Amino acid sequence: MGDLIWIFVSAAVVNNFTLMLFLGLCPFIGVSGRVETALRMGAANTFVLVLTSIAVWALNTFVLPVAPYLRLISFIVVIASLVQIVEMVIKKVSPALFRALGIYLPLITTNCAILGLAVFQTNRAYDFWQGLFFAIGAGAGLTLALVLMASIRESTELVDVPDIARGTALVLLIAGSLSLAFMGFAGLLSTA
Amino acid sequence: MTPVKQATPQADLIRGIWRENPVLIQALGMCPTLAVTNSVANSLAMGLATLFVLVSSSFLVSSVRRLVPNEVRITTYVLIIATFVTIADMTLQAVVPTIHKALGAFVALIVVNCIILARQEAFASRHPVGRSVLDALGMGAGFTLALLLMGSVREVLGYGTFLGVPLFGPNFEPWVIFALPPGGFLTLGTILLFLSWIKRRRTRAAAPSVAGVPARKAA
Repeated sequence: MGDLIWIFVSAAVVNNFTLMLFLGLCPFIGVSGRVETALRMGAANTFVLVLTSIAVWALNTFVLPVAPYLRLISFIVVIASLVQIVEMVIKKVSPALFRALGIYLPLITTNCAILGLAVFQTNRAYDFWQGLFFAIGAGAGLTLALVLMASIRESTELVDVPDIARGTALVLLIAGSLSLAFMGFAGLLSTA
Repeated sequence: MTPVKQATPQADLIRGIWRENPVLIQALGMCPTLAVTNSVANSLAMGLATLFVLVSSSFLVSSVRRLVPNEVRITTYVLIIATFVTIADMTLQAVVPTIHKALGAFVALIVVNCIILARQEAFASRHPVGRSVLDALGMGAGFTLALLLMGSVREVLGYGTFLGVPLFGPNFEPWVIFALPPGGFLTLGTILLFLSWIKRRRTRAAAPSVAGVPARKAA
């Protein structure tokens, strides 16, 4: 059990997917303008991460020992179909949520955090529960980074920033400081 | 700087290297740009692997562009890209195992590099094979150059070396933060700041000439 909690903490803060491993930067830079959308995006991503983790576990256990060279191709196909299925289910079950997520849902397919999770989980040979906690931790970390970024960006709108720094450059410099702060968490694991 | 004609082969090739540089101008493919650029060697390997996947995918996508039904085109592109990434992954593992290890999961993640899919959708699926390959070569070279720029800054500041060769002698205290994740964000942010500063200076420099010579159009 302690092992599982460490996997969760490690994925959420110490090796935060966005700020430490640079996965899922597109939504981080693209949709971090508002706290509310950031939260929704984080939730949608977490959901897909968990499903992917389960699917990847199944693939690794039953299919890939037979055909290891199909790894990447099968991962990407599974992720694309999963996102499609999730989209259809949500549309059917809760049209309100579907409208709220909008374009973000299909875009999750090309989010490198999802494929990154699949590859990491395979490389580290996680079993079912470890994979699940890894996915939840990664999702929590993504959401945390998105919401932090969105809150800061909401505040910077009222600040007098030099013209040349507006846009991506500013976001990257803020992300740099956030990442610097998250480096402080690295001490958590070495003392454990 | 005369405006380049859009249809010439040189224009196809050169466009991606500077004026439409995928990383510095279009802000695509950020994840690998930030993640693997803590040394020049890693940047070069990543850039070349991406260049290979981009050129091969563009060649194949452009060759089959009349055969693929519109509804399944994205799926087809992704499968084609994933195939070439698998080849690149296995080749790197066999030829340069240490670099393959350093790049880690990011070789596999070339599949979801938006630059590659963007070029298939925006260019290779609509243009003949020759032009698509040139376009892919240009974009891949632009990506590699941007990565090398990042990698040089970060390796020189973070380790005091260039391609592993020490530059400054024993008294140099490495600015370690540039080799660590925050350094990636800070380096790219600073490069973008610098670029937009240059752009603004050019616009300013062009402005006073309005009275006499016709002003250059700001890009």
